[in-house]
Amino acid sequence: MADSVAVKTRPAAAQPPSSGRRTQRARREARAAYLFLAPWFVGLLVITIGPIVASLYLSFTDYSLLSEAKWVGLDNYVKMFTEDPRFLSSLKVTTIYVVVSVPLQLAFALALALVLDRGLRGLPIYRSIFYLPSLLGGSVAIAILWRKVFGSDGLVNAVLSIFGIEGPGWVGDPDTALGTLILLHVWTFGAPMIIFLAGLRQIPSSYYEAAAVDGAGALRQFRSITMPLLTPIIFFNLVLEVIKSFQSFTQAFIVSNGKGGPADSTLFYTLYLYLKGFKSYDMGYAAAMAWILLLIIAALTGVNFLASKYWVFYGDTK
Amino acid sequence: MVKHILLIGFGLVMLYPLLWMISSSLKPEELIFREPGLVPSHLTFENYTAGWTALKHPFGYYLWNSAVVTALSVVANLVACSLAAYAFARLNFPLKKLWFALMLGTIMLPHHVVIVPQYIMFSKLDLINTIWPLVMPKVLATDAFFVFLMVQFIRTLPRELDEAAEIDGAGYWRIFIRVVMPLCVPALATTAIFTFIWTWNDFLSQLLYLNNPDNFTVPVALRTFLDASSDSSWGPMFAMSIIALGPIFGFFLAGQKYLIRGVATTGLK
Repeated sequence: MADSVAVKTRPAAAQPPSSGRRTQRARREARAAYLFLAPWFVGLLVITIGPIVASLYLSFTDYSLLSEAKWVGLDNYVKMFTEDPRFLSSLKVTTIYVVVSVPLQLAFALALALVLDRGLRGLPIYRSIFYLPSLLGGSVAIAILWRKVFGSDGLVNAVLSIFGIEGPGWVGDPDTALGTLILLHVWTFGAPMIIFLAGLRQIPSSYYEAAAVDGAGALRQFRSITMPLLTPIIFFNLVLEVIKSFQSFTQAFIVSNGKGGPADSTLFYTLYLYLKGFKSYDMGYAAAMAWILLLIIAALTGVNFLASKYWVFYGDTK
Repeated sequence: MVKHILLIGFGLVMLYPLLWMISSSLKPEELIFREPGLVPSHLTFENYTAGWTALKHPFGYYLWNSAVVTALSVVANLVACSLAAYAFARLNFPLKKLWFALMLGTIMLPHHVVIVPQYIMFSKLDLINTIWPLVMPKVLATDAFFVFLMVQFIRTLPRELDEAAEIDGAGYWRIFIRVVMPLCVPALATTAIFTFIWTWNDFLSQLLYLNNPDNFTVPVALRTFLDASSDSSWGPMFAMSIIALGPIFGFFLAGQKYLIRGVATTGLK
């Protein structure tokens, strides 16, 4: 990503008469720039960097908002991995969620993008219909709906009972509760689908014509042209969705009514962080969890930046 | 033709839960879970009237609170992000590459890393149960997504326009207001629509900072339905959920072009 937005230096101003004038001008320009950036600078300091540093400090303390922070060294981190089965289980639940739901979601996104490509009639309508769940999916209202669609007396079981099948309690059953959240994530495949569509449109049709002349069938064209040229975008979508879904919160919170149950089967990492920090007021511990999360996300983002040279090719759907 | 039938079928399956929620909100309570079909055998609006008054305040009160937070967030993002974007896209200044890299870095920063200290800060400032913890970050351009979006957009505008205005004696502020901003309308529209939808849907910050029912916004109010009610009030809860989704749906219909372009160019959702 870094290269695609590499900062372009401004061409020198039109024939400056003297170098004195030029430095004066540069100073004026820099002053203006810092004024334009003033709110952003304050935000960077107060809302972002300050809290990151504070969170690092807090992670080495025992702190509950009411008392003074007490330095405990690495205790929080050690406790996490040695004496807190709920932490480990939240890590496991989140990992399963990410590893299962992201590839499934992207598979749907890619499949639908391929079907919708090539000037299908009614494309804008289909595109909108498939995109709508992505906009609504993060809301409390949809999570409430999900809780009821997959409730023991919900829509799914009502449909199953038509066929004489008695379904499980879905959201109330530790074996299936996480599955309903995975399904909710897959349901929001519309956003990556749109990114795929934009990527498909970048592939010159002459490639396909040339391949057809050489006798390549549809499957061969897909394997040798579409897939290779799409890999940077698949990769971009993958990293983006992994980062995003690792931080999912609302759906698990609502479906389990803020508890991560049944039997911690929907205890997402961020939900456990919330419970630790803002229900038990164990804020030092929550800060340590936040830093572990940051390390996980940083590793994933590092991969994204390494791949930046690929996705530069596509950043031009204007 | 087969393709269309399959696509329409698949679209219906996808939208079925939504349509079922709408239809259920119009059914009497006892029919909701007995009828998986869409056409209510008996039409009623009692869920809407019951849901509207089920909580401490009428539901319109929470809608208004959400509208205030959302409107302020939209305005704040439009102003703060475009100011920063203009500087990054058009002006030269020391350490520009470093600042720009930092700005990109904050896009990827997980929100959860900063919520604990932010909460402590706002609570020391005695701003819990006000809208400031929700709006202040936006006034300070921390939604770096949109800075990035607008930087990308401003770079596509011909520089000759800026230079012509400069020759005419316009300063940077005037160039920003009179030349660049009017051409940025598509990017501003994308920013406004996404800010609206994200703020309207946002749950975590509002759950953290709004604890008093007098300050509740729609997502937090909807959530109290789950706490307060037994399984017997799903109808009113569905009805209010539909109302909560209404504005999103409206913006989706009105701003599809900008939404789709926004997703396609930057990968945001």
